[in-house]
Amino acid sequence: MADAVDAAGLTAWVQEFARLVREQRDVLTELDAAIGDADHGANLDRGLTAVVSALDADPAADPAAVLKTVATTLIRTVGGASGPLYGTFFLRASGTLGGGDGAALAAALRAGLDGVAARGKAGPGDKTMLDALAPACDALDEALADGRPLDEALRAAAEAAAGGRDATVPMVARKGRASYLGERSAGHQDPGATSAALMLQAAATALTGRG
Amino acid sequence: MPVGLVVVSHSRPLADAAVHLARGMLPGRELAVEVAAGDVDGGLGTDATAIADAITAADSGDGVVVLMDLGSAVLSAETALELLDDAVRERVVLSPAPLVEGLVGAAVTAAAGAGRDRVAAEALRGLAPKQAHLTGG
Repeated sequence: MADAVDAAGLTAWVQEFARLVREQRDVLTELDAAIGDADHGANLDRGLTAVVSALDADPAADPAAVLKTVATTLIRTVGGASGPLYGTFFLRASGTLGGGDGAALAAALRAGLDGVAARGKAGPGDKTMLDALAPACDALDEALADGRPLDEALRAAAEAAAGGRDATVPMVARKGRASYLGERSAGHQDPGATSAALMLQAAATALTGRG
Repeated sequence: MPVGLVVVSHSRPLADAAVHLARGMLPGRELAVEVAAGDVDGGLGTDATAIADAITAADSGDGVVVLMDLGSAVLSAETALELLDDAVRERVVLSPAPLVEGLVGAAVTAAAGAGRDRVAAEALRGLAPKQAHLTGG
């Protein structure tokens, strides 16, 4: 059996993430217009479009190299805070990915999560992308520990990310531009948690049936 | 060689003008200042890969002090450290000083031949004269 998490699989994952962000670009921008500076959809779409082109032009042979290309391309092209944050996520994931199975993927995503937390000095409940990423990593670890196959575990992770995204609605933002709004940020879904949930949804779709 | 300086800003014109102002304090003096500012299209933004390149260019082995504006410039400067070789990273200080006042303080001190930590300390003290003047202290 081929490794579930190989270069082709990871490439398919980010391609699907790019497709979903393109599809949801206006939604992300509207969410960001409510509590930020209305550029999250356009910025992330631009960055992921560049990522897809970069992987197309120069396909990376090994899985860690795919994630490194994703990181540096996002850093160069996204602009705004989501460039360094998503860049750090993929950079740390790339540095940690040590194998091709579900456990290796889970460890890489966990390293990415820790990197985002350290970079943004954010924690759970701050109304950020972490509120989608952290429950997703927990769900993935738990499902794999229960011996469930990777595709099921990734679906559980995607559902947990969506739940985490929805849970940001009543939160008061404590980080980034949205924190300037204080209590007025409550009642709005966080755009970063929304795009992070798309990233997990893409993983569940693209990495399913591979292992 | 003097300690190297790097100016990180969302805006290229803002960074260039800050460097122009600092150089104005140092006629005829040598100063290694690199700018990493604006996004790839020349708009407002910061790019950690450009910051890493600027740090490498400013580094002559005696260290680099990085001054930055706000928000994602700080996140990008921190991300840039992850992209550097270990040996270079150890010589870099990210300064919490205000950009303009900090740069002027750092530039004057670096051009005088002070070491990295002294340059970083002077950058951090950059606001003191203005605060003392306006608060009567």
